[in-house]
Amino acid sequence: MNPLSSLFSSFRARGGVHPDGRKDLSAEPPIRLLPMPPLLFVPLQQHVGAPARLSVVVGDLVLKGQLIGASGGNISAPVHAPSSGRVVAIGDFPSPHPSGLPSATVTIAPDGEDRWIEADVLDDPFSLSPEEISARVGAAGIVGLGGATFPSAVKLNLSRKSGIATLIVNGGECEPYLTCDDRLMRERADGIVEGILLIAHAAGAKEMLVGIEDNKPEAIAAMRRAAAGTKVQIRVVPAMYPMGWDKRMIQVLTGKEVPAEGRSAEIGVLVHNVATAWAVREAIRFGRPLVSRVVTVSGAAVAAPGNLEVPIGALAADLIKACGGLLSDPARLVLGGPMMGTQLPHLNVPMVKGSSGLLALTGKEIGLRVAQNSPAPCIRCSSCVRACPAGLLPLEMAAHIRAADLSSAVGLGLKDCIGCGSCSYVCPAQIPLVHYFNYAKGELAALEKAKLRTDATRKLADSRNERMARVVREREEAARLRVAKKAAAEAAKAAKTAAEKAEVVA
Amino acid sequence: MFIAIFSLTVLGGALGLFLGYAARRLKVEGNPLVEEIQAILPGSQCGQCGFPGCAGAARALANGAAPATLCPPGGREVAALLAAKLGVEVNLSEVKNAVPRIAEVQEDLCIGCTKCYKACPTDAIMGAAKQIHAVFREACTACGKCVEVCPTEATRLIPVPVTLQSWYWSKPAMQGTPA
Amino acid sequence: MSEYLLLLLSTAIVNNVVLVKFLGLCPFMGISKKVDTAVSMGLATTFVMTLASASCWLLEHWLLAPLGMLYLRILVYILVIAVVVQFTEMVVRKTNPALYQVLGIYLPLITTNCAVLGIPLLTTQEKLPFVHSLLYGFGSAVGFSLVLALFAGLRERLAIAQVPAAFAGAPVGFITASLLALAFMGFAGLA
Repeated sequence: MNPLSSLFSSFRARGGVHPDGRKDLSAEPPIRLLPMPPLLFVPLQQHVGAPARLSVVVGDLVLKGQLIGASGGNISAPVHAPSSGRVVAIGDFPSPHPSGLPSATVTIAPDGEDRWIEADVLDDPFSLSPEEISARVGAAGIVGLGGATFPSAVKLNLSRKSGIATLIVNGGECEPYLTCDDRLMRERADGIVEGILLIAHAAGAKEMLVGIEDNKPEAIAAMRRAAAGTKVQIRVVPAMYPMGWDKRMIQVLTGKEVPAEGRSAEIGVLVHNVATAWAVREAIRFGRPLVSRVVTVSGAAVAAPGNLEVPIGALAADLIKACGGLLSDPARLVLGGPMMGTQLPHLNVPMVKGSSGLLALTGKEIGLRVAQNSPAPCIRCSSCVRACPAGLLPLEMAAHIRAADLSSAVGLGLKDCIGCGSCSYVCPAQIPLVHYFNYAKGELAALEKAKLRTDATRKLADSRNERMARVVREREEAARLRVAKKAAAEAAKAAKTAAEKAEVVA
Repeated sequence: MFIAIFSLTVLGGALGLFLGYAARRLKVEGNPLVEEIQAILPGSQCGQCGFPGCAGAARALANGAAPATLCPPGGREVAALLAAKLGVEVNLSEVKNAVPRIAEVQEDLCIGCTKCYKACPTDAIMGAAKQIHAVFREACTACGKCVEVCPTEATRLIPVPVTLQSWYWSKPAMQGTPA
Repeated sequence: MSEYLLLLLSTAIVNNVVLVKFLGLCPFMGISKKVDTAVSMGLATTFVMTLASASCWLLEHWLLAPLGMLYLRILVYILVIAVVVQFTEMVVRKTNPALYQVLGIYLPLITTNCAVLGIPLLTTQEKLPFVHSLLYGFGSAVGFSLVLALFAGLRERLAIAQVPAAFAGAPVGFITASLLALAFMGFAGLA
């Protein structure tokens, strides 16, 4: 790629917004280890796809990294014990999900020793075959740590099948407040670079690019130092939301655009997050499954914001406590970033693999005054159209969804909406545009599911009708046979008596 | 006057013959729409729509004698497909009010009479004589036939429980209409 | 040639059958909820109107005039139009059952679409030659279809707009129709 096209590629990127970063709150203090909480609540579903299948019972003693839930399907990921201890309960526990619905959760009481399960430490992980690396990544329960939580091994296998030329490692971290990837790159750059090389080896990628936003100069410097002498190239991209969207990152770095409703693999690109690269390295070199992650704890309501290395299953309340507690009653608790994260009903939910941040925001930060006003009518100012990174028409789609015309919304490209929230962010009328899109996507998925279900039940009904018809037929057949037999027997009897009579007569 | 009567009669007759010939040439065998509609309906022949089976309902739909929202087990999805097929508009939010339901056997009341599983059009109830019956959630269309036949009122229809997999955002509250 | 083009332009746009002559308002309001159906209805009406114009001219000049039965004109026209509509209905039913279902009652009602009777009467009144009559009918029908499709597009937008409750539904539809008619007045004097 020549320099000119790289220059223009960043201009071609459409949409996007520039929210106030507020990363300085948490960017400076180094990553601290969260003191082991008294109880860990590990949900069995922490990823996209089928939930993991439970493989322990209450009372079991587990070691750190021991399997507690096996992969539950083709698209699924296993779950491991985040510390050594005893399984004290298995059952429903509030999940870190906007609905706050309970999900199947394994509760572990750590014994405080934090003893690792015996692991397979490799001196030269590059001697492994790509297939073996994928298998180990899958067994380590690694999912996309940027927030998508798609099982990484599935992505690696798909990439090998479709032929990947370029691996892009996403250090965009465009969400305001979040600094976990930033800190990770500053402190563990060597490990990340090794992880990148391992992923590239597994996916068969020749080119390795790391995209980092220009508002993280220390991370860029650290990564450049670590990547020196390797084929990993560090690229600086302009800070803008949503730069961390994989398709945007691809477009800016390679100048190629992923087709609508398509996957990045179609244009020969594989994207992974920097935290995923770190987790892959841990899993391959040290045989350690994914049992902890770095979480940013921030927001003006938090006494000492910072980044914590958190065992999966620690409660949000534990994290807040480790950061000095709350200064004031937060107006809103958010899991993830403020743009795409989900609101938490309370602090009694566990951290999962996809939790990148925990924010306790004050009323001033979220603009409570504004939030209390009900949305005003759309004035068709088209701010949302300019902000949409996917090049869609948010106002039109929302209007169609409001009028219950989902198919028109799909025609306008609803399926290409990434729910980044740029449109809602810029809307002067405070229309909850993303809420409309999330609702419509959920509705469409539910309709799709219902269709599959109807087809399945129709097949059941048809086969039952067939069976009933067969039963009736067989019964008639049997009855006819019986009648015929009886008739034959009677005929034989009659013939016999006739013969006897004849004999008598004779 | 006779010319007028004669010529109009001839004209009418000729046009009538033409239409008769055309009707014969362009004859439509049955109504293909009925079959297409029947393919959309669940096919469980539950009769909740008030027509004898799904075939009857399909005929009624094709003739416009029944609304596209007639099928309770099919729910919104079937209603939407039917509306698209028939080219009519339905208020899907109305259908939504009938929350998707599912059959449930109350174990303390079930006497294991097997009546419900014999009645189930989709084989969604499992059981044997003198054994407590259970419902396969995935196969139940909430047609209510099991409820009708149960001698102890042990089967009932309950709303489908919301799980983490099926939950999604509700529709945003309607904005205030502009003044 | 330019004469024919002018005739088409004039009948389709300048003297639009719906918005300027105000004929055929029934399907204009009835079948304009969706662009797809509106276009289909437009096509069916175009077929009927063109055929009716031609056959009415033939009857007028070969049957009614020679036999001195001009006083039976409307009767004969309606007879012919009814036959053409019946024929169209059969064709539509055979070729596109779903469209047949969608057009529903409006398909037989093309018979009573006053535009279909009005156009042959107008051509007779203006004593146009055959090709002119044919083009007159065709042009008017194209104008009808055009306006129907335009209006259906507007109504599709109206469906997603937040209309004050008092105006929701038909009232705002009528207001929109009147605005569309005003817009078509802009073509007056063009040809």
